[in-house]
Amino acid sequence: MPEEKSAIEICDVTKLFGDAFKALDGVSLSIRKNEFFTLLGPSGCGKTTLLRLIAGFEYPTAGTIQLHGKDIATLPPYQRPINTVFQNYALFPHMTASQNIGFGLEMLGRPKAEIAARVDEMLRLVRMEGLRHRRTTELSGGQQQRVALARALAPTPKVLLLDEPLSALDYKLRKEMQIELKRLQLETGITFIFVTHDQEEALTMSDRIAVLSGGRVLQVGNPREIYDCPGDRFVADFIGEANFLSGEIIVATKDRAQVRLASGADILARLPDTAPQQGKVTIIVRPEHAEVHADGRPSPLSGTLESIVYFGTDTHLHVRLAHGDRFVVRRQNSPLQDAALVAGATVGVAFDLAAAQILRN
Amino acid sequence: MANAAEIATAAARADVRNRWWLAAPALAIVLLAAIGPLVVVVLYSFMVKGDYGDVKYWQFSLDGWFSVIFERDVFDDTLKLADAHLTILWRSVKLSVITTLVTLLLGFPVAYFIATCDRRWRDFWLFMITLPFWTNLLIRTFAIQEVFRNEGVLNSALLWLGAIKRPLQIMFTDLGILLGMAYVYLPLMVLPLYASLERFDFRFAEAAADLYASNFKVLRRIIIPMVRPGIIAGSILVFIPSLGAYVTPRLLGGGRSLMLGNLIELQFGQGRNWPLGSALSITLTGGVMLALLVYVRAASKSGSGHHG
Ligand SMILES: Nc1ncnc2c1ncn2[C@@H]1O[C@H](COP(=O)(O)OP(=O)(O)OP(=O)(O)O)[C@@H](O)[C@H]1O
Ligand SMILES: [Mg+2]
Repeated sequence: MPEEKSAIEICDVTKLFGDAFKALDGVSLSIRKNEFFTLLGPSGCGKTTLLRLIAGFEYPTAGTIQLHGKDIATLPPYQRPINTVFQNYALFPHMTASQNIGFGLEMLGRPKAEIAARVDEMLRLVRMEGLRHRRTTELSGGQQQRVALARALAPTPKVLLLDEPLSALDYKLRKEMQIELKRLQLETGITFIFVTHDQEEALTMSDRIAVLSGGRVLQVGNPREIYDCPGDRFVADFIGEANFLSGEIIVATKDRAQVRLASGADILARLPDTAPQQGKVTIIVRPEHAEVHADGRPSPLSGTLESIVYFGTDTHLHVRLAHGDRFVVRRQNSPLQDAALVAGATVGVAFDLAAAQILRN
Repeated sequence: MANAAEIATAAARADVRNRWWLAAPALAIVLLAAIGPLVVVVLYSFMVKGDYGDVKYWQFSLDGWFSVIFERDVFDDTLKLADAHLTILWRSVKLSVITTLVTLLLGFPVAYFIATCDRRWRDFWLFMITLPFWTNLLIRTFAIQEVFRNEGVLNSALLWLGAIKRPLQIMFTDLGILLGMAYVYLPLMVLPLYASLERFDFRFAEAAADLYASNFKVLRRIIIPMVRPGIIAGSILVFIPSLGAYVTPRLLGGGRSLMLGNLIELQFGQGRNWPLGSALSITLTGGVMLALLVYVRAASKSGSGHHG
């Protein structure tokens, strides 16, 4: 049975606000059980709206949402075994941390002893045992985040929705909480649907990522696929840094093509099925997959080294290509420096076939 | 060495002095407008009553206070409890409490509706709520009379519909006073409730629904505790003027159903017993303060999150 495997099955969901504004436009997603699934996209692309549809705060204009094979699109939120960690946490200010965590179970009518035991367990899980009697207004951002997490996990939902839960935290705490979240997900085995617009966060934490833009799903895949084989220019640009080269396909075979660049040079690039098999195309090359040399050996691209920006672990080399485009190369820093690479030098840029990929238009 | 500490103290002292000067007009008004009359009333309550109203100045007497609770029999001069006063006191408290509850029950849904309706409509509804204030209380009360009296709008309509056989006696009853006061004071309940509900972040309600709370539970466990300040403010704003209400019970209760305000007025008018009137006024003020203290204590304590 196929539905055994998926936790949430979103089928062709459209959400209109007002008469004309499409916040979601024909979204279909299949989220597996026990998966850490991330919705990634720029501000306003509909991430929160999708979560709210799954939680039940909004109802889809068209399409269906299934939870473990059952249609839930018309159930009110309190009848869905789905809990949410809100972006602003929405902890009840008139209750203590423990009362917040126990609220869901209390509403489910569980016996007091069970609630108390579960609250203790949750407090241990998020390492907040010492602060159980604190009012939530007297907690720091990170502590509030943990209480919000514990509150949403306490009733053991089938799916946990997290709407940018880390965005209010500072860098260091965010890193800590990322690891914590991942640990909790593995320990509880609950399906997490995580919203972020931080691509690094998405790459490090997710089993799979859906990239959204303008209410549509552009690409779904695991972090490697999304990063290494972005389907189109938007995804490539949104996730990581990218150099784009335009050219025209000269010869295409099954999975590769020879492309003539604007500079006149010919290069080989990977050609996915979804990309155009002929005509003008765009090629992506990641900065860390290319290298710069100044020894004059033949290379597909050449230009002037404009600037060298030092980043600690690596250095960014900005090259102005002969026909005007910019190209960035990232190289790992090592004790051995290439003395010939100085700003103003004439350099060649090289990369291999695997590094260059033709994009969908 | 004129040390820094000295300079700082001098500056602080000057600062305090300046603050007093700036606060002086406000303090003067508070003293003159609030404390002054109160002092006069307290003094009057301890004086001998004049024969044609007024008081005999500087003649000390406890008669005023005495007759709040007791009365001397006209014939045999024995003391007995002033039943009439106690009845009126009890009626005032009872009607005020019920009025507060009724306005709360009616006002909460109204305030909720306004706070949650489209922003463009809120001002309109608030305006409608405050509209009655634009008309004199006396005129409004006469209008209510017109609705409630035996040949009035309400009874005529009910008779015509066949819902009743004889007109309902609402005028000159406690029910009449109650309905009138609820009508008059409803805006005073709605406005603070609205202010609280408008500030209420409905994401808390969503969070509760997400945690399996039904709509009723959301209301009881999340919304009501969080808008408690509005409930307290509204209740106080309705309860205090209800207890001292004068025009409404006078016109709707007729001569039969008096409240404290009317009793006090009587002493300064036909009763010609200013010390008793003063004593009753102070009893009313003291009672209100006591009730407030108890209520605010109780209401804010039950809000401090020790449930379940
Ligand atoms: N209740 C609403 N009424 C009208 N438009 C709405 C409503 N909620 C969201 N929108 C619009 O729908 C679009 C998607 O909003 P959504 O909140 O889902 O974005 P998001 O991806 O979560 O963005 P962010 O990263 O900024 O949180 C936005 O253009 C937003 O203005
Ligand atoms: Mg959002």
